[in-house]
Amino acid sequence: MEKLINDFSFGLFFWQMILFVLLLLLLKKFAWGPILSALNDREEGIKNALDSAEKAKLEMQNLQADNQKLLQEARTEREAMIKEAREIKEKMISDAKEEAKTEADKMITNAQAAIESEKKSAIAEIKNQVASLSIDIAEKVVKSELADKDKQLKLVESMLNDATLN
Amino acid sequence: MQSNYLVKFLTILLLVFGISAQAQHEPKEEHEGTPEEVSLKTKIKESINHHLLDSHDFTFFSDSETGKHYGFSLPVILWDNEAGLQLFSSSKFHHGEEVAENNGNYYTLYHNKVYKTDAEGTITLDEHHHPTQAKPLDFSITKSVLMILITGILMLLAFVGMAKSFKKGPIVTGAGRFLEPIILYIRDEIAIPNIGEKKYRKYMPYLLTVFFFVWFLNLFGLTPLGVNVTGNIAITFALAIITFIITQVSGNANYWKHIFWMPGVPVPMKIILAPIELLGVIIKPFALMIRLYANIMAGHIVLMSLIGLIFVFQNWIGSSLTFVLSFAISLIELLVALLQAYIFTMLSALYFGFAVEEHDEAH
Repeated sequence: MEKLINDFSFGLFFWQMILFVLLLLLLKKFAWGPILSALNDREEGIKNALDSAEKAKLEMQNLQADNQKLLQEARTEREAMIKEAREIKEKMISDAKEEAKTEADKMITNAQAAIESEKKSAIAEIKNQVASLSIDIAEKVVKSELADKDKQLKLVESMLNDATLN
Repeated sequence: MQSNYLVKFLTILLLVFGISAQAQHEPKEEHEGTPEEVSLKTKIKESINHHLLDSHDFTFFSDSETGKHYGFSLPVILWDNEAGLQLFSSSKFHHGEEVAENNGNYYTLYHNKVYKTDAEGTITLDEHHHPTQAKPLDFSITKSVLMILITGILMLLAFVGMAKSFKKGPIVTGAGRFLEPIILYIRDEIAIPNIGEKKYRKYMPYLLTVFFFVWFLNLFGLTPLGVNVTGNIAITFALAIITFIITQVSGNANYWKHIFWMPGVPVPMKIILAPIELLGVIIKPFALMIRLYANIMAGHIVLMSLIGLIFVFQNWIGSSLTFVLSFAISLIELLVALLQAYIFTMLSALYFGFAVEEHDEAH
């Protein structure tokens, strides 16, 4: 203890106190303050960055899920549209076929009717012509027959003979 | 938690007194041997003692045969009650060999302390071998003061530079890269666990300053410059008293209540505990002071004794063995330099933590 007191130098204590407190104040103002706040800021920054990265990741996942959903929707819609189009196409084709068929049938019927009437009129004409032709022929035949009186008489005689036999 | 600190404290105490006890034995052995060896051993002992003390000039090494000293002198500033302020160069003392004269006043060095004397430099001793001469107040810029100044300037350069580099961006460059993790360690492992998340900020400047100050000065002590600043009782006393003042100033009602009227114990115990606790308030910084002083002092004594032994042995086996030993001790001293800075900071933080602790329940 005596050695301690003996070794104690007031001058050194005095300078140490003054220099240390001065150093403490200077460092506090120009070094520790800025360094500690910079370290804090940096840590805060890292924390925020990590948080926002996590958030971004989550958002990204959401977005991806949304995209997937949208894609799925688009796909189903496209399929539905294709299906509908196919149906319309088939319907149109079948409709057209139907219509064409009815039209064709109608045309055939009309044609048949026209043919029939034409045939009928043609037959009637032919009948008329045949009738007049036959009349003409009969006239000429009768005329020539009637010109020979003997023959007529012979015929009448034969006919009468036949009638008596019966 | 409490018992953990107690174990730590006891271990540290054991370490401190273990080493200092060993240190005290070392020089005593040097009295034995033949007369020639005694002279060498005495020389070594003197050189160690001289090294441990502060000095008024900065000597790198001395040649004892020619009596030449290599180094530079420092200013001596004295406050003499009769003659007032005295300012002169330490070269006037000629390393304590001559009487310094300044403005008609005579001063001499006796065991590295300045005494007022006459032109012949007479020193009369009393029965306790203390000089009876008047002792002017010595405010000299001694070797230690110079080292404190140099350390302070180095710290300012390093940490203000670091602060500037932080202004440019969040990533520090240069020496700050090495210092930054230490600052973070002090904040996260010393300040926050001991003082608490809410209140640690106020104490950070002191803890950081004291840690780097003690560490750097401890390291300077291990250089061949041969300075022993932190192994000087005045320095550790100053540091301990600052810790003491900060602790008492920041002590809250809870802290004082635990000292004067310990909650949760019967009244007679409260009365017994109050003086013990009050004594503890003083003992804590006192232990802080002695621990740092004794550790660094002992380290210097052991290391210098081992180096001295190299010359005492003067044979290949002994000298080389002591060389290896002193090298190993140097490495341990490097660790001790850091450890003592850490312990001083840790315990200061712990005391601040006690002072600002808030808890309603008794232990």
